[in-house]
Amino acid sequence: MKAKHLRKRWLGLLPLGLILFLSGCGQLEMTVLDPKGPAAESQYELIKYSLWFMFGIIVVVFALFAFMVIKYRENRPGRKESDYDPNLHGNTTIEIIWTVIPLIIVILLSIPTVTTLFDLEKPAEPAEGEEAKEPLVIHATTADWKWFFSYPEEDIETVNYLHIPVDRPIEFHLTSADSMTALWIPALGGQKYNMAGMMNILYLEADEEGVYDGRNSNFNGEGFAAQTFKVHAEPEEDFNNWVSGIQNEAPELSKEQYEELLKPGLTEKDAYSSTHLEYYDHGTHEGMGFVAENYAELFEEKLHLDEIEKQEEFQ
Amino acid sequence: MGITDILVTGEPIIYAAMVSIALVSIAIPVLLTYFKKWGWLWREWLTTVDHKKIGVMYILSALLMLFRGGMDALMMRVQLAFPDLGFLDSQHYNEIFTTHGTVMIIFMAMPFLIGLMNIVVPLQIGARDFAFPWLNAMSFWSFFIGAMLFNISFVIGGSPDAGWTSYTPLSGAALSPGPGQNFYLMGLQLSGIGTLATGINLMVTILKMRAPGMKLFHMPIFTWSTLVTCFIIVFAFPILTVALALLTIDRIFGAHFFTLTAEGLPMMWANLFWMWGHPEVYIVILPAFGIFSEIIATFAKKRLFGYHAMVWSMIIIALLSFLVWVHHFFTMGAGAFVNSVFSVSTMLIAVPTGVKIFNWLATLYKSKIEFTVPMLWSLAFIPSFILGGVTGVMLGMAAADYQFHNSYFLVAHFHYVLIAGTVFACFAGLVFWYPKMFGHKMNERLGKWAFWIFFFGFHVCFFPQYFLGLDGMPRRLFITNVVEWLPLNVISTVGAFGMGLGFIVFVYNVYYSFRHAEREKTGDSWNGNGRTLEWATTTPVPFYNFATVPYVDEIDPYVRMKEEGKTTYDESQLKPIHMPSYKATPIIMMTFLGLGSFGLVFEWMPVAIFGLIGGVAVMILRSFDYDDGYYVSVEEIKRIERKARGL
Amino acid sequence: MAAEELKTGPLEYRTQEGRMTILGFWIFLAAEVVLFATLFATYAVLFGRTGDAPAPMELFEPGIVLVMTFLLLTSSFTCGLAIHQMRRGNVKGLMTWMIVTLALGFGFLGFEIYEFVHYVHEGASLTSSAYWSGFFVLAGTHGLHVTLGTGWAILLLIQIARRGLTNVTSRKFFIISLYWHFLDVIWIFIFTCVYLIGMVI
Repeated sequence: MKAKHLRKRWLGLLPLGLILFLSGCGQLEMTVLDPKGPAAESQYELIKYSLWFMFGIIVVVFALFAFMVIKYRENRPGRKESDYDPNLHGNTTIEIIWTVIPLIIVILLSIPTVTTLFDLEKPAEPAEGEEAKEPLVIHATTADWKWFFSYPEEDIETVNYLHIPVDRPIEFHLTSADSMTALWIPALGGQKYNMAGMMNILYLEADEEGVYDGRNSNFNGEGFAAQTFKVHAEPEEDFNNWVSGIQNEAPELSKEQYEELLKPGLTEKDAYSSTHLEYYDHGTHEGMGFVAENYAELFEEKLHLDEIEKQEEFQ
Repeated sequence: MGITDILVTGEPIIYAAMVSIALVSIAIPVLLTYFKKWGWLWREWLTTVDHKKIGVMYILSALLMLFRGGMDALMMRVQLAFPDLGFLDSQHYNEIFTTHGTVMIIFMAMPFLIGLMNIVVPLQIGARDFAFPWLNAMSFWSFFIGAMLFNISFVIGGSPDAGWTSYTPLSGAALSPGPGQNFYLMGLQLSGIGTLATGINLMVTILKMRAPGMKLFHMPIFTWSTLVTCFIIVFAFPILTVALALLTIDRIFGAHFFTLTAEGLPMMWANLFWMWGHPEVYIVILPAFGIFSEIIATFAKKRLFGYHAMVWSMIIIALLSFLVWVHHFFTMGAGAFVNSVFSVSTMLIAVPTGVKIFNWLATLYKSKIEFTVPMLWSLAFIPSFILGGVTGVMLGMAAADYQFHNSYFLVAHFHYVLIAGTVFACFAGLVFWYPKMFGHKMNERLGKWAFWIFFFGFHVCFFPQYFLGLDGMPRRLFITNVVEWLPLNVISTVGAFGMGLGFIVFVYNVYYSFRHAEREKTGDSWNGNGRTLEWATTTPVPFYNFATVPYVDEIDPYVRMKEEGKTTYDESQLKPIHMPSYKATPIIMMTFLGLGSFGLVFEWMPVAIFGLIGGVAVMILRSFDYDDGYYVSVEEIKRIERKARGL
Repeated sequence: MAAEELKTGPLEYRTQEGRMTILGFWIFLAAEVVLFATLFATYAVLFGRTGDAPAPMELFEPGIVLVMTFLLLTSSFTCGLAIHQMRRGNVKGLMTWMIVTLALGFGFLGFEIYEFVHYVHEGASLTSSAYWSGFFVLAGTHGLHVTLGTGWAILLLIQIARRGLTNVTSRKFFIISLYWHFLDVIWIFIFTCVYLIGMVI
């Protein structure tokens, strides 16, 4: 009877093992584990490194657990008298060992964590034999529930989509006109927060062409799920053509237009041949309050958002 | 504000909830009147100061809240598995995950554990009640009325929708107008008073009311975990009190702590919230560790391995819990150095936790494991919790956390630790101490069914979520709009319903056992395997707990007592026992304060002030109340003990 | 429990109940320390965020704050004298010194209210900027504690007038004295960290 229950326990681990197996075979392709840029690459390496330790810990604990539960169950046939020692309550040597080993693991995990942390705070090193390129500065500003990408050097601004050149570091200047958000492009690397009255810098880079998914990953109200954008990573030349196309064809962004865009709500993709930076810098005390001061009553209206665009896969 | 503005309208689910709430609130008084139980309810329960009854009320309320939070969870899972049904819109989903998180942490996990502490701790240390029984009743009512205030937001005024973390500026007056967030603030504030009071109360109880001879390092491990938890409560809860008060002042009285205007600092909220919030996580996990330690030692029929290491690791975890709050927002841009420091301090917590895991495993070494229901929950905890623990370390590695943060990887992690840790412990502890509370055990067969269904459901529900996170699915997303994410979400939903089914079997077992279980005749309910003093009392436990308080000078005193054939009862030592009187003031006072808070939620100042004045008036009455309790005579004790012991 | 009454030592410590209540109150004060520490921390973080409102340097005046400090510090001393009289078993002395303490407390509150009203007239209120929100809530929380303390002391004076010195009344007075000294300590921090620093920077 009791043994039957035990068998059930191991059966219980079967589906879990299956999922693990599937993921190992690459049946589930996971964006974070399929990096397309150096920042994501270094984070992926770190995750892989840590996973080895975690698997080790899991194997050791599960094995010990299985051993104890099977061997020392009360009604195991063939239990010996020596299998029971009710007063056993400590052993200094073994206790020191199992304190020191986790401590060593923590140290081994800390070292690459700290070095990666410091590396992520600067543009990625160029590949062997290549010259370091000046990072492309893009101001990524959020307002409920949309993205503004301003290219100050190029003097253009896009809404809800992003073009970047490959193999050139991008220096994102993150800020928000209202709620706290986070810029996350899993294929290119981890996220950082956009906060009103603050400016965060995030370095990302793509080393493969493609269209990647980006989003606000920090919950900020009703339109949260729709606050996404596509990242078009393309060769330098294509990128430059795209830039001059916007410069020549798109209208300028007027102050009134920008203020209209700041109202809470969803909006289509758009592009302008000037940036909002000349009107507002939401990263400062002066620029952080505009939405809260002018549009507070608009937040009382609900979007009634019940569906958003479908997509096949996540890049 | 008219009545139509106050009641939430236009949602079929909410109409259904309104109807059921209306039916229940009519049914309860009708039934009470029909069975003539009003007086009984008032005299025996609503005015009680008996720690055992208060504990039972805590646990019943927590089960009710588990049901509510679980319903929220199932609604979310249905929406995510069937995004095309249009079951919930974005706003509705946001309200539901907010209430799910808040209810589960504040109104389920903590009260459940506090309920168990209420019942067990005085029995384990040989005390007759809490140090401050009146305060204990007040704590319960503050929790209960705070919880009710929070829950009523579902039908009146609208639920909070800014997440259980309620980050500013989103939760501020500008971006979240209306009463929803106020419900969150006032509900938590009210129940927070009770938690702080319980922390102080239990600390004094444990420090001052132990049986003669019992030193701190003789205490049962669950009592130790309670003491450490109380230490965390006393030092963490005032931070929450302040944070909630500041946001309330912001929202209702126009201050600028967290606003976007007048140079407010929204990110200060995240700091204050997690300076409380991280210790809070340990408030709900340390008692769970204590419960597992008791149960594993009992059903391994062996002394707990490494008792001192267990205690010290809890103390170290408690201290570290105050030094890691930044890991909840590594992505805020504090810089590589700050993140490095908090990254390392976070990973360090794995060391004492690992020590505890190995100690539990070593307790099983050379033991005689008996697979009772509480033991099954406790054993299942070890491998399940490890899966949550190692992913916790991965999340603690700040550079990698930039990719995990705000994703389902995080969701899977904290459900793995909170369910495999806290919820398993609540079920285990409830089944384990059930005979002490109700005089009969829960049915083992049904209990095993509940366990296995819940256990499978749990893993099926949350394991896939790690992979969803790695595939870039963010948390708090109301719709599964990426087709690739759908299969794992469907699996997860199946698991969630499994957990729901397990819970139903558990609750059915409560009813079934009440009707059919054999009544306990001895106090040592688990085949005579009890190790600590609570098993040395008779079942049902007399209201004064111990007729004569035993002398204790070792760990697991009851084991030796049984070997030597002794009991805690010594008729020659009987003296009159002093007991506190039942009081109506706690429930009345908290009702007034609840009314005042309700007024503040809607910014109806006259109601708020009336409630406050009422509450203060009851406090003044209490100050003038010199009722010193009463004495139970020796004859009375003799009569009760002889009957209970069958002498 | 109440049966085991000691025959010696201070009255408030003689019963188990008295000892437990006093310990519980000490733990409560520890929680209060955390509460005020959090308020001081928010105040420090918001320092300088005055927005369009006047800077603290323009409004803080040494005179009135010194008077308030003098009143509260003296009240703490007289509160100590009251407990000294209580230990001597002198109900009348206890009541007299407690009334003096109360009077000084009311004086303190009067000046604080005057000060707050004055600031509001000068354009610095709870709603004018993050800094002033921090100031008013920190100083106001202390003021609220003092107000509660005075109300509490009045209740205790009525009780002792009715019942004289017992285990219970002496315990209550001992506890309010702890509370009162605690508020005094908090004020010293407010005086230095808020007013003195605010006047300089």
